[in-house]
Amino acid sequence: MSTEAVAERPSSTAERTPTASASLIARGIVKRFGPVVAVDHADFEIGPGVHALLGENGAGKSTLVKAIYGYEQLDEGEIVLDGRHVEVKSPAVARRLGIGLVFQTFTLIPALTVTENVALFLPDLPRVLHHDEIASRIRETAQRYGLAVDTERRVGTLSLPEQQRVEILRVLLSGAKILIFDEPTSTLPAQEVDALFDVFRRLRDDGYPIVLITHKLAEVFALADTVTVMRRGAVVDTVPISSVTEDALVEMMFGEKPPAVQRAAIAEHAATEEPLLELRNATCVGQGRPLVGLGLTLAPGEIVGVAGVSGNGQRELADAVTGLSRIKSGSRILFGEDASTWSVRRIRDAGVGFVPESALGQELIWNMTLEENVALGSPRQFSRLHGFALDWRGVRTDWESEFAKLDLHLPDPKRRAGTLSGGNAQRFALARELAREPRLLVALYPTHGLDVPSTVAVQQLLLQAGARGCAVLLVSQDLAELTALSDRLVVMRDGRIVSELDPRTTNAYEIGRHMTGGDA
Amino acid sequence: MSAVAAAIVHNPAAEWFGRHPRVREAARWLAWALVAVLAYVVLILIYGKSPLHAFHEIWANTLSTKYGLEDVLVRMTPLLFCAMAVAIPARVGQVNVGGEGQIFIGGLTAVWVALTFLSWPSWLLLPAMGLAGMAGGGAWAGIAGWLKARGWMSEVFSTVLMNYVAILAVSALVFGPWRDPTSSNYPQTREISPSARLPHFGATRIDVTLVIAVAVVVGFAWFLRSTRWGLEIRAIGGNPYAAERNGVHVSRYVIGCMVVGGALAGLAGMGQLSALQFRLNPGLSPGFGYVGFLLSWLAGHNPRLIVPMAFLLAVLASSGDILQISQGLPSAIVNVLSAILMLVVLLARARTKVSTA
Repeated sequence: MSTEAVAERPSSTAERTPTASASLIARGIVKRFGPVVAVDHADFEIGPGVHALLGENGAGKSTLVKAIYGYEQLDEGEIVLDGRHVEVKSPAVARRLGIGLVFQTFTLIPALTVTENVALFLPDLPRVLHHDEIASRIRETAQRYGLAVDTERRVGTLSLPEQQRVEILRVLLSGAKILIFDEPTSTLPAQEVDALFDVFRRLRDDGYPIVLITHKLAEVFALADTVTVMRRGAVVDTVPISSVTEDALVEMMFGEKPPAVQRAAIAEHAATEEPLLELRNATCVGQGRPLVGLGLTLAPGEIVGVAGVSGNGQRELADAVTGLSRIKSGSRILFGEDASTWSVRRIRDAGVGFVPESALGQELIWNMTLEENVALGSPRQFSRLHGFALDWRGVRTDWESEFAKLDLHLPDPKRRAGTLSGGNAQRFALARELAREPRLLVALYPTHGLDVPSTVAVQQLLLQAGARGCAVLLVSQDLAELTALSDRLVVMRDGRIVSELDPRTTNAYEIGRHMTGGDA
Repeated sequence: MSAVAAAIVHNPAAEWFGRHPRVREAARWLAWALVAVLAYVVLILIYGKSPLHAFHEIWANTLSTKYGLEDVLVRMTPLLFCAMAVAIPARVGQVNVGGEGQIFIGGLTAVWVALTFLSWPSWLLLPAMGLAGMAGGGAWAGIAGWLKARGWMSEVFSTVLMNYVAILAVSALVFGPWRDPTSSNYPQTREISPSARLPHFGATRIDVTLVIAVAVVVGFAWFLRSTRWGLEIRAIGGNPYAAERNGVHVSRYVIGCMVVGGALAGLAGMGQLSALQFRLNPGLSPGFGYVGFLLSWLAGHNPRLIVPMAFLLAVLASSGDILQISQGLPSAIVNVLSAILMLVVLLARARTKVSTA
């Protein structure tokens, strides 16, 4: 296997034709985790071209490719590579066979340089590293596919898109003939996605079979030649992209068409009432990007969207409102009181709720049960005997009524939060916050990484909160979501609010211009 | 997967155990315990002694006699306190390696009270000494907790370093101003008065601190499970970032748990002084703080496991002297066994396979 990699040495640069025209057939793949069947007799065929593997969260896409890559052991099924039966017992074997997988979360070593990270992966790594030679091989491949990266930089100092390029380079240089990408766009800001797709097209034109795991339909139609849809661990069908419509794919993914969200009539009284939140010339210096001179008001029932290229202070804005970071100068006024020095607890108790980007990472305690998580959200409310006991019956009643009110499926309260899927954890966290009947809700990328039904559910809950008179500060990456839900839209850049737009009249192009500062 | 590993995975016994996870768990621990015993047997054989005799001696002199059992329980008391001094901060993610220093500071403040308020009656003096010991140990650990909460210094380093400061501070005092002029050669304080000595239960050598120690362990288990603060502590242990989002004052708990842990170690120091040694000297603790650290990690900071583990380690500590006297084995041999036990427990608990990627 390594001989092929050696043949790719720069000596043959001039007429290097891609070695790749491999084909892989996976038949009857079964993968169980205890009683759960994650992949259920899946058939999957890869030849030249881009193959989309489509399905909602938890449909089994990642598990299927991890099984092909040897990261998970197969329970049943066989893999045929270029007409030969192969047993992929480990990722090392997969790499030797020429199967490359770019994980959703990257596996690079931050303290090493790009060259060193790539070198670690090379199958023909000599005992003494020829650093310059490896670097020039990287640069050459990078140039060929449009993967520009500085080979001498430490990976820890690179941005996420750059790290992704390094991951791809590493897989290419390790001699992969088949490339699998697990949700490659999930960590990318919108404007980087096009560049990545260009890379994919160049790779495809060189004959590499590419597998693209995704739950976004737009990506499938932009790139794929064929699409395989998975639902609940099973392959529903594989079809050429030319013969399928968006609606048909949605139906294959979910079995039915999900409803779209609609913003009801905007509360007209909003503007006349006293604002619930007011930031006056607020400056915050916390862990992330400093916020400078922020001014923002939120009236009851109003949903204010915050747009911006990721990393321009949106997260810090949410922290400034929820009290996680301190106000250095200026003021934070909540419900008519000066709350500049309030703690997170005091702000929560005053009626501010928070919906995070990842409920399990930022809001729920994974090894505590759901009812314990509910109690943790408002420990004072559920305290008895001055805190020496907790009112579990109250927790239960509160919870049942709230879930019924929100028309949500009721999970078992004794379940541990960590066993919920991403979408259900997000719904649970949102329901928990709404049960506290907040007057102000801060939602930070609340639908990030969720599949379509979960996204719709979360968006509807936000709208319901607004209809109840709760003010919502909605930070999102998804411009369509922002324009559909918001009453007003502000754009952040470099830690400042640079403009305010009317979501009913603006468009993605205009928002993008304000986000990137291209309006000068 | 290697052939050996494959054989382990695909065998009927493994499948049977797979259906009975509790039995499997028990069997696994039993197997590892057997490994520890075997390692010990080999060690004794290397010394040319009979393991059977050695085990018999241990049994005969610790668990089967009243005196032996008392010795075990007396040794167990400071271990329980010191284990809790580690376990409580560990629940909010803090590693308190400073139990040893906190014992010494607790002994120091307690002896100061005992030698200053000589005229106080027992019922007043003993609680005052207990509170002083707790205040001393608590403040000592609180410094480390405060440094951590401010983000200035890791508690791992500050607690370790402060151990030296504490022990040397005690030395400085007993070599200098607090030295007992009547015991010319020994660097130690004067003896505390009889009213400053904890009474023992009947004719035994056991005193009330053992009861307090067990109550602390049981009480903490209840506290964690049932109270609002216990819920918040568990939240910090599970995900400090999320806990903060939920409005939990994480840094207050970090300092608070360090203070409570240090206070318990300080109480252990007061107990050693008041119930057993009656004088403060640099030998107040033969490393209880470190054994307590080991113990808490052995028990996974779980209060329910801390009591039996403390008992086991107390038996081991007690048997060290016995083996030295009766078998002529070096008493340090029990330290080897403690270390083997630690390794075995860590191995038995290691369930995460290193990825083959």
